[in-house]
Amino acid sequence: MNHDLDKLPEIYERYPRTPQSLIAVLQDIQKEFHFLPTEALKRTAEELNVPLSKVFSVSTFYNAFSLHPRGEKIIRVCVGTTCHIRGAKQIQEQLENHLKIKAGETTEDKKFTLEVVACVGACAMAPVVAVDETYHGGVTVASCRKLVKKSKKGKKS
Amino acid sequence: MRIETPQQLTRLRKDCLARFNRHPQKIHVCCGPGCLANGAQKVSDELKKVIKKKRLKGFSVDALKETGCHGFCEQGPLVVVEPAGTFYTRVKVKDVEEIIDKTIRRKEVLERLLFTDPQTGEKIENYRDIPFYARQQRIALRNIGQISQCDIDEYIAVDGYQALAKALKKMSPQDVIDEVTTSGLRGRGGAGFPAGRKWSTCARADDSPHYVICNGDEGDPGAFMDRAIMEGDPHSVIEGMIIAAYAVGAHEGYIYVREEYPLAVVNLQKAIEQAHEYGLLGDGILSSDFSFDVHVSRGGGAFVCGESSALMKSIAGEVGEPRAKYVRSVLKGLHDKPTVLNNVESYANVPVIIDKGGKWFSAIGTKKSTGAKAFSLVGKVRNTGLIEVPMGTTLREIIYDIGGGIQNDRPFKAVQTGGPSGGCLPESKLDLPVDFDTLTEAGSMMGSGGMIVLDDHTCVVDLAKYFLAFLVDESCGKCVPCREGLYQLYGLAVAISEGRGTEADLDKMEKLSDTIVISSLCGLGKSGPNPFLSTIRYFRDEYLAHIRDKKCPAGVCRELIRYEVDPQKCDGCMACITACAQNAITGKKKEVHTIDQDACDKCGACLAVCKRDAILVL
Ligand SMILES: Cc1cc2nc3c(=O)[nH]c(=O)nc-3n(C[C@H](O)[C@H](O)[C@H](O)COP(=O)(O)O)c2cc1C
Repeated sequence: MNHDLDKLPEIYERYPRTPQSLIAVLQDIQKEFHFLPTEALKRTAEELNVPLSKVFSVSTFYNAFSLHPRGEKIIRVCVGTTCHIRGAKQIQEQLENHLKIKAGETTEDKKFTLEVVACVGACAMAPVVAVDETYHGGVTVASCRKLVKKSKKGKKS
Repeated sequence: MRIETPQQLTRLRKDCLARFNRHPQKIHVCCGPGCLANGAQKVSDELKKVIKKKRLKGFSVDALKETGCHGFCEQGPLVVVEPAGTFYTRVKVKDVEEIIDKTIRRKEVLERLLFTDPQTGEKIENYRDIPFYARQQRIALRNIGQISQCDIDEYIAVDGYQALAKALKKMSPQDVIDEVTTSGLRGRGGAGFPAGRKWSTCARADDSPHYVICNGDEGDPGAFMDRAIMEGDPHSVIEGMIIAAYAVGAHEGYIYVREEYPLAVVNLQKAIEQAHEYGLLGDGILSSDFSFDVHVSRGGGAFVCGESSALMKSIAGEVGEPRAKYVRSVLKGLHDKPTVLNNVESYANVPVIIDKGGKWFSAIGTKKSTGAKAFSLVGKVRNTGLIEVPMGTTLREIIYDIGGGIQNDRPFKAVQTGGPSGGCLPESKLDLPVDFDTLTEAGSMMGSGGMIVLDDHTCVVDLAKYFLAFLVDESCGKCVPCREGLYQLYGLAVAISEGRGTEADLDKMEKLSDTIVISSLCGLGKSGPNPFLSTIRYFRDEYLAHIRDKKCPAGVCRELIRYEVDPQKCDGCMACITACAQNAITGKKKEVHTIDQDACDKCGACLAVCKRDAILVL
């Protein structure tokens, strides 16, 4: 895949070029590309003057970062405690079936990545599924199919 | 416009208040995460459209407020018409026109949208009369739901930044610390350390500069109090931080926000900008010689970064690994400089303490746990949502009086508090007062405020396994007891849940837990075994059922249950056949279905979709 690394300089401009900016810069790169391309990691190491090994260790420590390309849409199944006791596992399995991928994977057409997340903080609506930044509360086994269908039709967000 | 003096602030407050109350009626639309998930934004947009279209006298779109979380998420989307307090629940786009025509124009109440008290069956008009609200005392949550999410003028209208003016003009830093000490305020992030003492140590530290940090990582799954505050009333947190900074002599601060809370980041940043414009942040605040600035730092999605030393490393752009406790972060914190770190809710309490006095605050709650505490009351309870009650309120009052009891009238089994560091308390402990010390003595902890109610369909072995899996995943791996110990505990819990466990395993788990508690580096490991220890303490029989009888009484652990169709109840609707991903269910329309046990993976989808209760868990 071709990534428009031209966008990087603009990202570096947003923060002081110090090691302290590393996480913020990586977050912006992740947001731009949906993952952290290797070339971007190298450039970041140079720009912020941190060893590449440290850039790599930070990139792999935090859950927010992914070293692999992800789908256009991220479907996140909340598996927080409340969602767990209200059947999040079933919801996860349903979505895995409908999307034909496991949690953590991306569909072949690169449209969807399915992830589980420890808690999105909407516990009163459990179980919750977030499609990008839109939350769906009170998801049921039966409503999963519709949710996937709707997400497929919806615009890229 | 810069506010130069407290007098100017008071004048501005008058203007803001006049503007705030300009309309005889106001509509508050809850735009908390729960209501948004249920379509609150659409309702709000429609309200705006209809208000514009109808051109009512004395009522414009400005009278519509998109507020933070009202708390009663179960009933969302919520729309409140003030000042009458008319409380509409589950509002849909199609209700909007009528709300404007009847309630706004003719002051008529729409019966069908009112809340029905499940106990009496009566409709309640004013939300203040609903038991869910009537029994609360909101201090940290005081403004949420009352003002627009991110509007400094409205915050000022409800006395915002008055405490800051008072502190800067009438109090010395030591006076501020004394007031906070008098209040007895203890940290709301879980550990309950006295805030006054922390501030005092930091203020006296020689090294400079000093920093203040707000912990908005809110990592405990099942908790969303801090989120509601950061999104719904960001200025209260910022004001609390400025006051803290003044007290401890800091000029720079950070708010560390969890990456899953993008709206909190946006709202905090907006609020910071607004405060800058008014000169409430920056150089020479209110013409004093005190300067302070605050930055928002986004987390990276690591639970351990809620721990103080890990959080400070993360702000510094590093991997969030905690360090040993004997190095105290009030003395050697961010960049190894003296640092005060407090939780979101802790800061939100500070302006009120300065405003009304430490004595006022300490009169609320119990002797050793003063004030009120916010909780996210969730799980199998009827009225799920966000609440704030005086410390010392009993679990029973919270779950039954405010929470309305257990969903679907099922039996209460336990209440889980304190997240992965806490534990489960059974029915016999329901009359315990909720405060920092009592729940800890009972083997759980109050924690940051997640309160998850469990009914008889929740298996405690499964729950312990769940928390252990979470902690294994989130352990940073720096120290062996946590990294390896929790992993072994998890493995044993899995074995028990699959019917492969022995009673000797339980002994092993208890011993191993002791080791982990004693020898882990940070709180994650030290309290990691708690979910196991509290459940084995109160629910040993349930563990034994898994071990001796190879049964999961709650019907959760997949290896120990099977699903069957009750031929008496099955009406052959095919719903389960459609839902079953394994194609394990066969049968024709209007004929009793059957489950092929070899093909069934026990996912429970059939049970979830069956409307006739015809799926048996055996
Ligand atoms: C593993 C771990 C996670 C924590 N997560 C949080 C958190 O998400 N939010 C929080 O306020 N405190 C958290 N804490 C507690 C903090 O270390 C610290 O005690 C607290 O933020 C201090 O603020 P307070 O005194 O106002 O509560 C966590 C502690 C540990 C050990």
